[in-house]
Amino acid sequence: MHPSQYQRATDATQAVAAVAARPTAAFVAGGTSQLDLMKEGVLRPDLLVDVTPLALTTISPLDGGLRLGAGVSNTAAALHPEVQRRYAAVSEALLAGASTQIRNMASLGGNPLQRTRCPYFRDPAQPCNKREPGSGCAALGGYNRVHAIFGASDKCVATHPSDLAVALSALDARVQTTGPNGPRSIPFPELHRLPGDAPQQDTTLAHGELITSLDLPAFDGRSHYLKVRERASYAFALVSCAVALEMDGKKIRRARVALGGVAHKPWRLPAEVEAMLTGKKPGEKLFRAVADKAFAEAKPLEHNAYKIPMGRNLLVRALLETSGLQPLQGPAGTAFAASVGGVSGEVAAR
Amino acid sequence: MVENTGKPLDRVDGRLKVTGAARYSAEWDVPNLAHAAVVSSTVARGSVRALDTAAARAAPGVLAVLSHENAPRLQPLPEKVGGTLFRGEGGMTETRQPLQDTAVHYAGQPLAVVVADTLERARHAASLVRVTYAEQPPELTLKSVSQRSLPETFVGNKDEKLQVTVGDPKAALAAAPVRLERVYESAITHHNPIEPLATIARWEQRNGGEFLTLYDTSRGVENLQEVMATSLGLPKESVQVICPFIGGAFGAKGWLFAPPLLTAMAARLAGRPVKLEWRRQDMFSVAGQRAATHQTLSLGASRDGKLLALQHDTQTHASIMSGYTEPCARVSRMLYAVPNLGFSHQLAHLHLPSPCPMRGPGETVGGWALECAMDELAAELSLDPVELRLRNYADKNPETGKPWSSKHLRECYERGKALIGWDQRNPKPRAMREGNQLVGYGMATTMYPAARRPAEARATLFADGRALVQSATHELGNGAYTIFRQISADGLALPLERVRFELGDSALPAAPTSGGSATTATIGPAALEACRNVLTALKRLAIQQAQSPLHGAAEDAIEARDGRLVLKADASRGEDYAAILRRAKLPLVAATASVKPGEEREQYSFYSFGAVFVKVRVDEASGSIRLARLCAVYDVGRLMNPKTAHSQIIGGVMMGLGATLMEETQYDARTGRAVVRNLADYHVPSLADTPDITVEWLGIPDPHISELGARGIGEIGCVGTPAAITNAVYHATGQRLRSLPLTPDKLLRG
Amino acid sequence: MLLDALREQLHLTGTKKGCDHGQCGACTVHIDGQSALSCLTLAVMSEGRAITTIEGLARGEELHPVQEAFVKHDAFQCGYCTPGQIMAATALVQDRQQRSAAEIREAMSGNLCRCAAYANIIAAIQEAQRA
Ligand SMILES: Cc1cc2nc3c(=O)[nH]c(=O)nc-3n(C[C@H](O)[C@H](O)[C@H](O)COP(=O)(O)OP(=O)(O)OC[C@H]3O[C@@H](n4cnc5c(N)ncnc54)[C@H](O)[C@@H]3O)c2cc1C
Ligand code: SF4
Ligand code: FES
Ligand code: FES
Repeated sequence: MHPSQYQRATDATQAVAAVAARPTAAFVAGGTSQLDLMKEGVLRPDLLVDVTPLALTTISPLDGGLRLGAGVSNTAAALHPEVQRRYAAVSEALLAGASTQIRNMASLGGNPLQRTRCPYFRDPAQPCNKREPGSGCAALGGYNRVHAIFGASDKCVATHPSDLAVALSALDARVQTTGPNGPRSIPFPELHRLPGDAPQQDTTLAHGELITSLDLPAFDGRSHYLKVRERASYAFALVSCAVALEMDGKKIRRARVALGGVAHKPWRLPAEVEAMLTGKKPGEKLFRAVADKAFAEAKPLEHNAYKIPMGRNLLVRALLETSGLQPLQGPAGTAFAASVGGVSGEVAAR
Repeated sequence: MVENTGKPLDRVDGRLKVTGAARYSAEWDVPNLAHAAVVSSTVARGSVRALDTAAARAAPGVLAVLSHENAPRLQPLPEKVGGTLFRGEGGMTETRQPLQDTAVHYAGQPLAVVVADTLERARHAASLVRVTYAEQPPELTLKSVSQRSLPETFVGNKDEKLQVTVGDPKAALAAAPVRLERVYESAITHHNPIEPLATIARWEQRNGGEFLTLYDTSRGVENLQEVMATSLGLPKESVQVICPFIGGAFGAKGWLFAPPLLTAMAARLAGRPVKLEWRRQDMFSVAGQRAATHQTLSLGASRDGKLLALQHDTQTHASIMSGYTEPCARVSRMLYAVPNLGFSHQLAHLHLPSPCPMRGPGETVGGWALECAMDELAAELSLDPVELRLRNYADKNPETGKPWSSKHLRECYERGKALIGWDQRNPKPRAMREGNQLVGYGMATTMYPAARRPAEARATLFADGRALVQSATHELGNGAYTIFRQISADGLALPLERVRFELGDSALPAAPTSGGSATTATIGPAALEACRNVLTALKRLAIQQAQSPLHGAAEDAIEARDGRLVLKADASRGEDYAAILRRAKLPLVAATASVKPGEEREQYSFYSFGAVFVKVRVDEASGSIRLARLCAVYDVGRLMNPKTAHSQIIGGVMMGLGATLMEETQYDARTGRAVVRNLADYHVPSLADTPDITVEWLGIPDPHISELGARGIGEIGCVGTPAAITNAVYHATGQRLRSLPLTPDKLLRG
Repeated sequence: MLLDALREQLHLTGTKKGCDHGQCGACTVHIDGQSALSCLTLAVMSEGRAITTIEGLARGEELHPVQEAFVKHDAFQCGYCTPGQIMAATALVQDRQQRSAAEIREAMSGNLCRCAAYANIIAAIQEAQRA
């Protein structure tokens, strides 16, 4: 690992100032992404500012919604009764991610800011525009089975690996930050960006901008998360899907859908596609039409065309399950509800 | 005398392992230890033009930088060690010694070793080494390759020819009423034991000469001792290899020697003991792999399902400097009664890391191809897959004509069917569902050659009543400490607590590399014989002692019972071992044994058998496959310890499951660099991938293999499982997938 | 890193290094009573927090019930992943919930065992839950 200095944050303003003052400084919370990549030689900050002493660890009510402190662990958030009950997709996404140990360590603020799992990004000997702007993108003509089918550029075809981020995008969470220019509130779908010509930039945060909380708006519908992976647990999503569904009697009042594993950011369906659901009665035919539309513009690479049928099917299923037309595969708010295929054994869930 | 052997005892090293006290290779507390980090090639083919180590040498804490520029000259590897061919086509290992020249043959090849006082400093300094290359375009696929060969034998074994024709398979295929030709492909996979490779090397002056001690993750301490001595130009006695615990091997950690050689050279250069712990990513370059295969299976059969011809042609690959050839026809050559049988193996040399055996070498992927083809043939003939196998049941070895030493495969099929509920399934594909998942049942036959090798052991009885039995074998999870203690305790007629078994040290009596599921069959008889010999020595002592109750008795009138030597005719006349030693004023009596298999090897064909049945759930919409249940029944001879044996078998089953559903290493098709090179991208099965498993065995001793009647069990679980799963996926979905692993993309593409 | 500090400086080698990147679970320890990965924990960041390793589990000669159950059910082979498994399992059972096999499969998926003693690990944890 690159030699580095370490500093404990004393308060948010100090932490922001410390990082903002040095282009080569970085925050660290759980460390499960930051330290991992430093050990790989991918990140080489010379100052780490530890934000865990800031104690942003509370979950509190907020205007009918919930405020989740950025320092809350993934485990604590996932198992919080209010989160599990009212925002099942959040619990499901968290619990279907990583492992017990990592969820214990990982913070809510750090999770959406973890870096891509593109294997070329993780190997400093490979060209990668995200790691080293201008060096090229090895994945584009290389092994790109886990890469993007939406919104990629010729500079970068990486996907964003966070499960939580997909759920937060569908729920239109807001990101509260304190930055060098003061506090900001960012709609979650605007936190991440597409690679364009600057794939080194994952998000719209300024250097030194600190996430203080993730705010879940009031929501009285059902939300749900589904994840497909190559191993029954402890694996990143090939494709995932979060749905937030609000009903008016038998009709859909509002449906919001985000896909994971398909783009550089959580892929919220375009407003016109989500609108296809508004005012309609839930049904498989409708959902199929939405899925077809949602994937009409997908642009596969050499090894990832499978994500199109997989994603379409997953989207349909997520809508069927969220709307109650098909049963969940496990209790709402658990990993079993989220894991497509469940665990092995005669009893796949619980 | 059978007191302990065969009992499901807890592992005797269990306490050490659950308390973290078992000591693995990287964990020896060697004084003045320095740490090493490796600089590896980033290109796959070419040569090193310049190696700039100035910055690394100037970095804090750096003690030495080893490279081709200053590495000690090494002697070539021996041609053969312990009967195993090392070099040439079909040979076991890399012939090229590390750091002797500038050539680069694969990405990830070690080019320099940086030694520093701490690991962090060594790693940091290694990152400062700048390498410039003269690059050439690497050859990376089976299709486009200029160097090919047809190796004659697998690792020089005359009984394992790789190009064979029995009868006239070509003509028989042409004439067969039913014909089937299919191509099966399997991906490169890696052993990935959870303990990475590690070596500690220490040089000392002993008796006026150089002496090298190696703590190495080796499942062949004797073999490695010889390799190190030959390579470094030392007498064999000047090298000692120690490894009391191995954190898993599965075929790795046995036959590739660059890691310990690099460490020994680095330690010599640094003038200090050096530890080299490899990173997980290095396990994808220096630790060996199972090569990818492209197999063509041709079956010819009569309409009633009698096989008339079987041709199995394999294309596979090794590195540029190894001739290791995945022996894919190991199952095809012996499993079914087929009059016309042919197989071939074509080897391509690619600019990829060297392969080596991986659990069920040849059997796992070769058996997968055969047993999938048999399933396809059964479907073609509308026959039950088990019935097709019974119609082709081999009562003798079809290649050699020799009788089996012991074979009860029919019983395995019957019992397996009952366990899984085979006859209750709807045999039609796509006919069974649970919720939104398709359900399928599949089966396959499994087998494993029952090898036995020469070995030595020593048994010592001490005057305090304890005993020690030793052999330079290995504990790699196989339960060696436990079962050889059980066998030795019985051999010495002593309670388990009074006997210790020592292994994992090249200074102990010679034992072969632990592999090929041969350890029990090899070391068990040696330990038993050493016990017998030490008791004979003790009897002779007693007979000569005037005060002994056994004085003057005939040797064969005496037997050992409950820690005593007694007259067979009158057990009340006798005394305990310690009394005899005390009277003779001896602290101990010891004896060795050197045993090897005999004539029986020429007379019989030695194999274990089994039948694997699985139930899968397939989520067709996402391509996800999960195992609900696996039931397998094995005919593996007598078990020394059913508890540890059960663990080994389920471990094998899970490794087979991994190879089937998820394991795959990718190298970049342009550069040859490993793209999949960590445990997040290389998926080994997790606990969540574990089905409900029922494993049974027939428990019928093999009458010919040795007096213990035990064949090996380390690998048979891995074989059979892949085809059973693949066939079950067909039953669930109606899709034939012929490319491993069966990742979701393939089912969706299908 | 905490893992290197434990193994190299304190010579507490019971905590294992399998991947050094959070991908195997072999380095699992307890930090403030919860399971955590020592390979991704900066030693300085854990200052002032309670760290328990495998060496701290048994009371003298008396094994922790999870350790006992692992031996009884042969929930390991080579033993290399075992300290991590046991640390994860002891953290899991401390809430005294009776977890089903499926729940154990999910909760323990972060501890890879290449010897794949998994079926026995399930049995061992179920027994320890009852203890
Ligand atoms: C083997 C493995 C498997 C995994 N599997 C999954 C998975 O399946 N699904 C999934 O979603 N994730 C997975 N993860 C990723 C894991 O969830 C994330 O690494 C974790 O959530 C990041 O949180 P952290 O607190 O550890 O962040 P850190 O590593 O501490 O930080 C991550 C980034 O966020 C920045 N940061 C941290 N806190 C703040 C803040 N408050 N404000 C601004 N910037 C901040 C840091 O500077 C850094 O750039 C996996 C990780 C590993 C190692
Ligand atoms: S896809 Fe993005 S992250 Fe991956 S190699 Fe290309 S630029 Fe780098
Ligand atoms: S060593 Fe920490 S998770 Fe593998
Ligand atoms: S016991 Fe060997 S890795 Fe788990």
